[in-house]
Amino acid sequence: MSNRIANAFAKGPALVCFITAGDGDTAANLDALVEAGADVIELGMPFTDPMADGPAIQSANLRSLGAGTTTADVLRYATEFRARHPNVPLVLMGYANPMVRRGPEWFAEAAAAAGVDGVICVDIPPEEDDALGPALRAKGIAPIRLATPTTDAARLPQVLSGSEGFLYYVSVAGITGKQQAQIASIEANVARIKQSTDIPVAVGFGVRTPEQAAEIARVADGVVVGSALVEVCGEYGADAPAHLKTLTAALALAVHSAR
Amino acid sequence: MNTVPNSFRNLPDERGHFGQFGGRYVAETLMPLVLDLEREYRKAQADPAFQAEFDDLLEHYVGRPSPLYFAPRLTEELGGAQVWFKRDELNHTGAHKINNCIGQILLAMRMGKTRIIAETGAGQHGVATATVCARFGLPCVIYMGAEDVKRQSPNVFRMKLLGAEVVPVTSGGATLKDAMNEGLRDWVANVHDTFYIIGTAAGPHPYPEMVRNFQSVIGKEARAQMLSRTGRLPDLLVAAIGGGSNALGLFHPFLDDPTVKMLGVEAAGHGLDGDQHAASLLGGSPGVLHGNRTYLLQDEDGQITEGHSISAGLDYPGIGPEHAWLKESGRVDYTAVTDEEALEGFQLLCATEGIIPALEPAHALAAVKKIAPTMPKDAIILANLCGRGDKDIFTVAERLGVEL
Repeated sequence: MSNRIANAFAKGPALVCFITAGDGDTAANLDALVEAGADVIELGMPFTDPMADGPAIQSANLRSLGAGTTTADVLRYATEFRARHPNVPLVLMGYANPMVRRGPEWFAEAAAAAGVDGVICVDIPPEEDDALGPALRAKGIAPIRLATPTTDAARLPQVLSGSEGFLYYVSVAGITGKQQAQIASIEANVARIKQSTDIPVAVGFGVRTPEQAAEIARVADGVVVGSALVEVCGEYGADAPAHLKTLTAALALAVHSAR
Repeated sequence: MNTVPNSFRNLPDERGHFGQFGGRYVAETLMPLVLDLEREYRKAQADPAFQAEFDDLLEHYVGRPSPLYFAPRLTEELGGAQVWFKRDELNHTGAHKINNCIGQILLAMRMGKTRIIAETGAGQHGVATATVCARFGLPCVIYMGAEDVKRQSPNVFRMKLLGAEVVPVTSGGATLKDAMNEGLRDWVANVHDTFYIIGTAAGPHPYPEMVRNFQSVIGKEARAQMLSRTGRLPDLLVAAIGGGSNALGLFHPFLDDPTVKMLGVEAAGHGLDGDQHAASLLGGSPGVLHGNRTYLLQDEDGQITEGHSISAGLDYPGIGPEHAWLKESGRVDYTAVTDEEALEGFQLLCATEGIIPALEPAHALAAVKKIAPTMPKDAIILANLCGRGDKDIFTVAERLGVEL
């Protein structure tokens, strides 16, 4: 497995940026994120039924599919990204059905060939790991799991077992982009999780501003920002890269200041 | 060739799988809830008081047992096998949906949940859910695709009369699958007080098993009624399939009766050769949606495609995972009938038996119409009349070119 994810977190709190593939000029948007200081890229695979996502990312999925984005396109964006940015970790994030459609081995093989470091599948919990996890691990791709406020102490070991890359702590029980959790609750939960694992813990859901990002960076290994960036893509379309750069630079400064 | 299992009635396994189908494909936030639901359901199953309350409500509130009815003029018209109906359209609220809603709301209250949510397509499950919420005084939010809200305005008004809040869903294609997405989004954001009453035998484990068990009252009654009336079991069971809860309710108690054949009838819409149908089993392929692995209408990239049927209740791009398994195991046969054939079945039952069926069982009737003439006169077909047609008269009038 590549060490890109581990290296990114080794420098101190990392900024993890999410955008949806095929929503606007994906290559230019990704480059803007990297140039402005994103440490890890999450590239969303569009799906017709994104049931864990709020309105911002739902709309991005529809815009992307409406523009005709296919799985082959997503893999092409990844391949080209890897060629341009050999050291920046790239994670695909999405839902099970597009990932398993041609079989988990096919997907793992294609993602590995595209230079993908990790995969976050929202609707494959540890109980259904067989559906994708073994195929990813066989190709050296990290299956990145989610933990939530509802993941209690009894369940946490099961979530952590087989998790690789980093753990994505979803700070609120809800959908993406809506509420934000109290920092005290985030701090307590991250501390609880870190007692049981050595992999980095990144916190996301509802993180919109540099102020919030800075607060979280003081208590976690990484900060995930998604909906706020996706909204920029939706609002500015072809002009999004410049605006993404401004927002990402402010977020990166906030996160990296905690180093 | 698969080996024949000892029983077709002992699935799902402890992980909620029916062979390769079923399971619990949900976001981590929901996983602890789904596990808790399963634990509480197992306790309720083992509690005679729970079963007694369920039975009591089915008898005195829903009006069970529903009649088993021999249809003499339809039988004569078709000229072959005897046609019998299980009359679940006579239930309170006019369809089989209420059986499941009674069971789930009793479980919700047992678990201390104080708020109910549900999705609905045609509105039958929404009405049934709103009904039980009114009966037990719980607040109720029904998610319904904005397109369906327009198409099914009488049911929207019924739900509102019953005190439910109806939320039109505008995301995606604004139909049933989008309403289900929105239901899951609500649940994930309100995990502490909310119970999601899923309307069909689909979704994450334990829903497919639980809904099937609550609906199995249909088949248990029918089996006993048929034995007592004719001294024998039927030769063929027929039921329409959208998500598949009425069919499983009828079929499941008969699955280990080897002489009883079964036929599930999907909606072929404008025909299986195009993409304007809702036949997930006959025109779809296995995939993962809404918490379970099952047959789906999807493209080569796994994007879900919109189903079409004249019946809004069959217009769903997936199907309960147990049907996917029953198809692969060969125990149940599946067929599909078009909108046109369903309309003919609808009119035939009106004219021969004085029963206006819903468009969902009209699909089952269309299949019966084809098969009964090919069977001997001493053969028995038992079809499930899972809903009455009051809700559909506007759709039918439009299709027949009649101005109301």
